[in-house]
Amino acid sequence: MDEILDGLTQIDCDILVIGGGTAGPMAALKAKKKNPQANVVLLDKANVKRSGAISMGMDGLNNSVIPGYATPEQYTKEITIANDGIVDQAAVYRYAQECYGIIRELDGFGIRFQKDQNGEYDVKKVHHIGTYVLPMPNGDTVKKALYRQLRKSRINVVNRYMATRLLTGEGRIAGAICVNTRTAEFLVIRAKAVIMGLGAAGRLGLPTSGYLFGTYENPSNSGEGYSMAYHAGAGLANLECYQINPLIKDYNGPACAYVAGPMGGYTSNAQGERFIECDYWSGQMMQEFYDELQSGKGPVFLKLNHLAEETVSEIERVLHIVERPTRGHFHAGRGTDYRRQMIEMHISEIGFCSGHSASGVFVDDHARTTIPGLYAAGDMANVPHNYMLGAFTHGAFAGEDAADFMGEVDFAEFDLADVEAERARVLAPTKRDDGIPPNQIEYKTRRLVNDYLQPPKVTAKMELAQKRFAEVREDMEQGMVARDAHELMRALEAASILDCADMAASASLYRTESRWGLYHNRVEYARDDENWFCHTLLTKGADGLPAHEKRAVEPYVVDIAEDEKDAYYKQRVDASVAAE
Amino acid sequence: MPLVQTATSVPVTIDDAKCIADKGCTVCVDVCPLDVLRIKELADGTKTAYMKYDECWYCMPCEADCPTGAVTVTIPYLLK
Ligand SMILES: Cc1cc2nc3c(=O)[nH]c(=O)nc-3n(C[C@H](O)[C@H](O)[C@H](O)COP(=O)(O)OP(=O)(O)OC[C@H]3O[C@@H](n4cnc5c(N)ncnc54)[C@H](O)[C@@H]3O)c2cc1C
Ligand code: SF4
Ligand code: SF4
Repeated sequence: MDEILDGLTQIDCDILVIGGGTAGPMAALKAKKKNPQANVVLLDKANVKRSGAISMGMDGLNNSVIPGYATPEQYTKEITIANDGIVDQAAVYRYAQECYGIIRELDGFGIRFQKDQNGEYDVKKVHHIGTYVLPMPNGDTVKKALYRQLRKSRINVVNRYMATRLLTGEGRIAGAICVNTRTAEFLVIRAKAVIMGLGAAGRLGLPTSGYLFGTYENPSNSGEGYSMAYHAGAGLANLECYQINPLIKDYNGPACAYVAGPMGGYTSNAQGERFIECDYWSGQMMQEFYDELQSGKGPVFLKLNHLAEETVSEIERVLHIVERPTRGHFHAGRGTDYRRQMIEMHISEIGFCSGHSASGVFVDDHARTTIPGLYAAGDMANVPHNYMLGAFTHGAFAGEDAADFMGEVDFAEFDLADVEAERARVLAPTKRDDGIPPNQIEYKTRRLVNDYLQPPKVTAKMELAQKRFAEVREDMEQGMVARDAHELMRALEAASILDCADMAASASLYRTESRWGLYHNRVEYARDDENWFCHTLLTKGADGLPAHEKRAVEPYVVDIAEDEKDAYYKQRVDASVAAE
Repeated sequence: MPLVQTATSVPVTIDDAKCIADKGCTVCVDVCPLDVLRIKELADGTKTAYMKYDECWYCMPCEADCPTGAVTVTIPYLLK
């Protein structure tokens, strides 16, 4: 294994789904259900059985809209307010209307959701305004349950192939180029429709631990989705709205909000005082978190040591078993116990991820990108605060629409020269005997991301970042070396990480205002609704560099009253409450 | 720029005595999202799984899915 082989195979399918994490499997299932004759291929860089953000399971649905607890209108309103109004509501509203049906389907797959004594879903309040969090007592079964469905529906699963470029022709999608991660052999897939569910750009910033793979996101999500969409000419929206999360320091896993919050845990400063009213992740909340860290009252902690023993045990049972089960090992190694001390938290490195934030490949309420026949869903598409249920639901929208689209078209012709050019790009690092290994290219890119792009954002720093990224790119293109197929995968990832870093800098420089709290805090500019109440759309310009334009926010489906607009800026606990 | 080998300790260990790679098992290698585990031959000719690349998300499918309980995941030293 890992020896570099020379080979290229071409296959055809009706619908190619790239990424078998969360959105991808649901897209494949829905496409096949709608058109049982369709040949659906689900391709993943890892193994679909255990790939993506939910590889070990999930603690709960963070954004469920369940009749009796919340209405689609309330949810759409809350997400709009949490994103400073820059939201095309149609996609959020459609999600809010249809996600309950998806919950019922997941329930039918054998994934259980918490119910109260009356058999009703036991939904918890974590958000600033509404009630949307539904715990999953057997969240560790999600992947297995999904995989069973894939087998049953006879979806063709292709593991350990990494997609590297999309193919286009006749003004629409034509397929994708993929590379085997263990042999470096090529697979060219012609498809009438392509659905992307490649997850977040999780390896953009460098964790403070310095460990390249110690990220919040599953590090196999290294930004190819964004990079491939960019090179194919698709539009990407609001990339300056970074993902930054409040995490357990060093461990870099989620701290508390959605599990411990409803049970009485909260984020506190070093004095044990609560300083934010609401632990739901948003740019405004992250700004308060950052301010507390800077204020001299930091560091910031997860506080559970005031809770009763049975509550702490229950929190441990969830947090140490399901989503990130090594968390217990981490606390044992540090000698920290929720009962005795508060647990240090920190601000994560930056990334792109609409699952928790808002930016990504631009899509409409059918998960269509700006390229006909190309869809995106989940963390890499720009529907804000989408989380796991959003990935499933928009994956479903994509699968259903693609099943219709493929019926109307034949394979698009593409230019064979594109495949040759990609072969040359991919294999270049294997043609050198020595040079710079991918881990050094990656480390340097990500270290520069931290130095110059981590908010608060400063113009001169971001311009320096662009200069330094260009130097790294030159080194990468002229000198990167890969000695086996596994290293080649890392080399290709280093290239997508660098593409994402360039896009992050460029998008952040374009929007000359501050917005979304810490996510786009540009210290030289205040919020400017007059000029910047709009999306920004990034595409690949004629010169090969990012080009930008403004795109109007679609008229709202659900109105927001003037006095509700800034609700997410009222997070700070006032002094009298904090002292209690 | 010539390359050198820099040592690094890895977070995942496999108990050779429990590992049944010899019987054809490759479960941990198959499930790892980062694809960092491999099978090697030991001095006595038997086979075992091992961590080949220090690129781990300490996520645990390898340990959870191993049929014999041979895999132990710990926290990578840099963030421990
Ligand atoms: C630690 C953690 C905890 C979370 N907790 C919760 C929670 O409690 N509740 C909740 O609702 N949400 C939670 N989320 C968010 C939620 O899990 C994600 O929003 C959702 O799973 C994203 O789905 P996705 O399909 O976009 O990405 P993923 O599920 O990550 O899938 C992406 C897939 O793409 C594959 N891939 C990547 N690159 C390539 C390539 N080049 N070629 C082929 N395949 C590729 C990957 O292997 C992976 O399988 C959490 C996320 C994390 C990281
Ligand atoms: S899963 Fe367990 S038994 Fe199988 S190869 Fe890996 S360590 Fe050995
Ligand atoms: S903990 Fe996760 S990343 Fe590390 S070896 Fe096991 S499966 Fe792979």
